[in-house]
Formats: sequence, C-alpha cells, structure tokens
Amino acid sequence: MAEWIIVYGIIPFAKVAVIVLVLSGAVAYMTLLERKVIAHIQVRLGPMRVGWHGLLQPIADGLKFILKEDIVPARSDKLLFTLAPAISLIPAFVVFAVIPFGPPGMMEGLLRWVLAPFMDTAAVESIATQSAASGGFVTDINIALLFVLSISSVGILGVILGGWASNSKYPLLGALRSSAQMISYEVALGFSVIGVLLVTQSLSLVQIVENQREAEVWYIFYQPLAFVLFFICGMAETNRLPFDLPEAETELVGGFHTEYSGFRFSLFFIAEYAAMVTVCAVAVTLFLGGWLRPFPNVEWLSFLDLIPPLLWFVIKVFLLLYVFIWIRGTLPRYRFDQLMSYGWKVFLPLALANVIVTAGVVLVFM
Amino acid sequence: MNRQTILDTKELEINMGPQHPSTHGVLRVRLKLDGERVVDAESIIGYLHRGVEKIAENRNYIKCTPYFDRTDYIAAVSNVYGYVLGVEKMLGIEVPERARRIRIMMTEFNRIASHLLWLATHAIDIGAMTVFLYCFREREEILKLFEAIFGARLTTHAFRLGGLWLDMPPGFEAACRKFIDEFPARVDEYEQLLTRNRIWLERTKGVGVISAEEAIDWGLSGPPLRGSGVDHDVRRLRPYGGYEQFQFDVPMGKHGDTYDRYLIRLEEMRQSRRIIAQILDDLPDGKIRGRAPKIPKPPVGEYYSAIESPRGELGYYIVSDGSPQPFRLRIRPPTFISLQALRRLVRGHLVADVVAIIGTLDIVLGEIDR
Repeated sequence: MAEWIIVYGIIPFAKVAVIVLVLSGAVAYMTLLERKVIAHIQVRLGPMRVGWHGLLQPIADGLKFILKEDIVPARSDKLLFTLAPAISLIPAFVVFAVIPFGPPGMMEGLLRWVLAPFMDTAAVESIATQSAASGGFVTDINIALLFVLSISSVGILGVILGGWASNSKYPLLGALRSSAQMISYEVALGFSVIGVLLVTQSLSLVQIVENQREAEVWYIFYQPLAFVLFFICGMAETNRLPFDLPEAETELVGGFHTEYSGFRFSLFFIAEYAAMVTVCAVAVTLFLGGWLRPFPNVEWLSFLDLIPPLLWFVIKVFLLLYVFIWIRGTLPRYRFDQLMSYGWKVFLPLALANVIVTAGVVLVFM
Repeated sequence: MNRQTILDTKELEINMGPQHPSTHGVLRVRLKLDGERVVDAESIIGYLHRGVEKIAENRNYIKCTPYFDRTDYIAAVSNVYGYVLGVEKMLGIEVPERARRIRIMMTEFNRIASHLLWLATHAIDIGAMTVFLYCFREREEILKLFEAIFGARLTTHAFRLGGLWLDMPPGFEAACRKFIDEFPARVDEYEQLLTRNRIWLERTKGVGVISAEEAIDWGLSGPPLRGSGVDHDVRRLRPYGGYEQFQFDVPMGKHGDTYDRYLIRLEEMRQSRRIIAQILDDLPDGKIRGRAPKIPKPPVGEYYSAIESPRGELGYYIVSDGSPQPFRLRIRPPTFISLQALRRLVRGHLVADVVAIIGTLDIVLGEIDR
C-alpha cells in the first residue's frame, strides 16, 4: 500500500471515526453531567433510576428519541424541515477536524505498535514521524481558526431554517431571535480572537499552542479581556443561559425546535451540546494553552507532566463546560433588546478596544 | 381591493395559552405583535369556570365551605377564612381566642406558601431556575404543616364555623417554630440570588409600571396596589379576626414596577413570619370551637366580609333570605381585577415582558374563573 494512502487516508479516517464516537458519547454524558450538577445546585438528586446514579440515563434518553414517532407538521416545508437538524449538527462536528487534542507526535508510539506487524521498519518509521499521521489532531491547516469561525457560523442556518420550515409562529419568533443574536455575537467573538492572533502571528491552532509553549505562558495572561469576551460571546453563540432566548421555554415554548420531536429533535440537542464543547475546546486552545500543563514555565511543577497532554486538554475543556452549567444554574435570562444592546454596545466596543491596544503593544514591543 | 405586496407589514397574531408554561394555569392571551413588540393583548378567561357562586346557592352555609378551597387553590386557607368570617359575622358566632390565633397563624403560613409559589414561578418565567426549587423546598415544609393540622396539603378545608375542626397535633408547635427559625435565612438566600442580580434588575425594573392613580382607578389591591405606594392593607384598615393585636409592617413600593412588587412580597413573607412568631409566643389554652348551629339560618340581610388574601382584598358578599342556603353569594377575587390591568401593562413591551407581567400580577385562574 502506498504510504500517502495510509498517511492521508486511513489514519485520518480512523481519527475521525474515534472523534465522532467519543464526541457523541461525550455529548450524551454532557447532558447527564448537566442534569446532575444542576440538580445538586438545586438541592435535588437528578437522574437516579437508570443505572448507578443515573449513569445509563443518556442511553435510555437516546433510545427514547430514536423510538419516538417522527412527526412532521402538515404544512411545513418538508425538505427544509428534514435538512435543518443535519445542517445544525454537521458543522458542530466538522470543527473538530482542526482542533488539536494533543501535541504533534503524540501518536508516534501508538502508530509504531499498530503498524509494525504489517510493514518493514523503514516504512513504519517514515509514517510515524510524519506530523500529519502522528499528531494529536486530524489535520493541521494554516487557516484553522478561520475554518472554525466560518464552519461554526453555518450551524446558525440550521436553526433559522428549522424555525422557518416549521411554518408555525413560535418557532419563527425563535428563529428570528437566534439569527439576530448569533450574528451580532459572532462579530464580537471574531474581534476577541484577533487579540490572540496579533500576539501569536499564526492562524494554525497547533502553532498557537506551540507558541504558548515557547512563550512559556498561556495567552489568557496576555489577553484576559479577550478571554472573558470570547467566553461570554461563546455562551451567546451556543444559546446558553443567560442568552438562551431562541429557546426560552417559558416565553416561546421551546423556540425554533417547538415542532421537532423524536430523533430530529435529538439532532438539534446534540448539535447544541457539541457546539458548547467546540466553544470550550477553542477557548482552551487559544487562551488556556491547549494540551499544555498549567504554568509551563515553572520548573518545580514538572511533576504535572505525569498527566498526558491529551488528558490536560480534556480536563480544561471539562472545567469550562462546568462553568457553563454553573452559570445556567445561577442566572436569569436576558430580554431580547437587552441582549442585542449588550452585544453591540458593550462587547463589540470592548473587543475593538482590545484589538487596538494589543496591536499598539505588539507594534511597539515585539 | 387590497393587494398585498412584498413590502406590506402585517401584525403577527399569536396565541399564548391556555396551554403555555408561563400563563400560570389556563389563561389565554391573544397577542398582536409587531416583531417582538406587543401592540395589543386580550386576555380570554373562563377555561376553569365551575360556577362556584351558583353552587353555593344550592348548598347550606356549612356545606359550601370546601368549595372555596378550590377557588384560589394556592391560598386555600385564606379563602376559607374569608368565607367563615363572613358567615360568623352574619350569625354573630363567638370564636374562642385560641382558635382565633391558630386561624391567623395558619393564614399567615398560607401567605408565605403562596408568595413562595409566586416567587418560584415568577423567577422561572424570567429564567432563574434555581430559585424555583429553593422556594418549593420551603413551601413543602408548610404543606407538611397543613397536612399535620388539617389533614390535607392543598385543598385544606381549614376552618369550621365557630373555630377549628381539631386542635394542633402533638409536636406541631415545635415544627412551626423550627420553620420560622430557619425561614429568614432562606429568604436571604433568594435575595442573594435575585435582588442585586443585574439581569434580574434589568428584567424587572421599569417593567409593568402602575401609577398610584391607575392602581386605585382599576381597583387593584394587595401587592400590585401597595407596589405603587398606596397604603392599603385590609388587616390594618379593617382588622378582622384579631389582627389588631399583632405588630407587623405593611411594606410599600415607590415606582409601582415589577421589581417593587417583588421586594414587597419578599418583605411580606418576613412580616408574616413575624406575626406567626408573636402567636407562637403567646398562644392561650382553651377551647378551639365556639357554639355554632348545625344548620345555620342567618337573619335576612346583606353582608360583606373582606380579608387580605396573599393576592389582595378578597371579599365575600353574601345575601341571606333567612333560609339555610345563601340567596346570592358573590366573591370579589383580587386577581380577577388585577388581570384587567394586563392589557394596559403589556402594550409596547416585548414578548418576554408579557410573562414577567403575568407573573408579577400573581394571578390564579381558579379564582379568576371561579
């Protein structure tokens, strides 16, 4: 077999398969985690019946969704109605193609072990040392960050189309809200990222983490404001409380997915949680040093290297997700006009100011 | 003939309820929207109409008591209290002091329970999910107390003509004391989550403003009236059942907005607790029921008895023709009157404010539809 088929075909495909499976599982257990954490915030127990402390609850839920009757409203736009959940779901997963879970060369040992029985040593060596094959990521493209931003905006289309195709008033209101909200927060989100770009001078996510390793400091210390803005806008992008207006169940009875049921609904649901994971993963990569251990410059903390890079990444993402859930258990919901005015009048100017100050500092000192 | 063009704008008519999570029962509101802005709103009621007033005309005075549990089911104790007081006034029945005090105590417990339910639903309407469950935790304790003394949690049939059905069970006083000892810290906990929360302030301040004149013109009562700064509390103005013996403040607002009404209800819970504490400190022994006729036949005449229910002035207007049944019984439900303000209040606001305003009026459809 030709080497390039293995490096650019089989290995990435295997990685994609693993990511899709793991991510689906992670999303399913995100829902359980959220229910449990919120339950404990609210002095209850949460799911307790299915499995030990409700551990099998996500599986039961998934089964329930699949077995439910698939209802399509009579006067809806059938094609768009069917398409919308997929449009929402696919971008949420595609983004993970460029997110680095671990450093280049993370899989070298694994590849050697797997390939050794099939090939001679020289071939194994040449494959295992190629970063495309052995990196802790599917692919490292030089415009990865732009790719993330553009692909994740496509998910909004699913929400808009879903609300529109339902041919019902509440979903339509929800879809209008979400399109307005997501577009306005996208702008501030984009600007908050530019600060990091100015510092690191690269759009490749792998390179950004590598630069943080070389600089021996996480970018959150260079760009604290940008991190806060990115996190808040990310919350708005993923429709989480206090910005969950498109769904606002006490106002719009579910918003854009009011008319969806069964499996189609679950696709929207998974997309929402996957988007949360995406935002957290990007935030970790840009600001929290990706797979790096805390304080990479402090020598006596080197015992932390015992935890593998991949696990550090997962721990950081998990912590950010926990903050998402924590906020949901604490805050009320904004009103639509307030949300818009925050987006345009507070977050966008702050992000712009951050860009200008950062640019000035970079120009003078670097 | 009107020809529609692509540039025409049309108001979006949307139907909120009767099945909707935030209409607190079966209220139906027909909203006319311009985008998200409410142009007009029409409340349609009657989905829970059971003809309680008519039923009462066909039952004798004792037998119609339990029906009033079911008008305002959130404040069942208050509702029966108002009715029982009215009939006692008609017949001139003396109620022993112990029973009078226990009645006030239970009514105040009911006020706390009702305000807790209000806070819970109001907060979840605005998106604060956790407050909802915290409030239910405390309300549960009160319902347990109700169960211990009345034998039921919701439709309690709390009081009988002349006093109570049964005295307090053993250990009841200690349970009450435990509750009122813990309660202030709990209210502080809700306040911590909401009172100075920026989002909560922005969602409630300046929303649904009622001026004092408007509130009086519309005949509002209870927290919506006091929120506008009108000092009106039936417990103070026309004390009934022995309220004059107790110390309590009547909290009042300044701006008449949703936030002021929120503060007032929180303070009312603290004041109710204060009344309960005074009663528990000084509860005389003695009989719990005075002499009352088996089949009351009040003298011919018209009677009105009003109490301050958690939602405002709850009145029972009873006409007697000397027979064992009321000739006519009319309930003045406080939230039926509050609901009339909804249309004026929501105009020009956004959809999200509609649920906040419905919440702040604290409506109970059982009482509105009767």
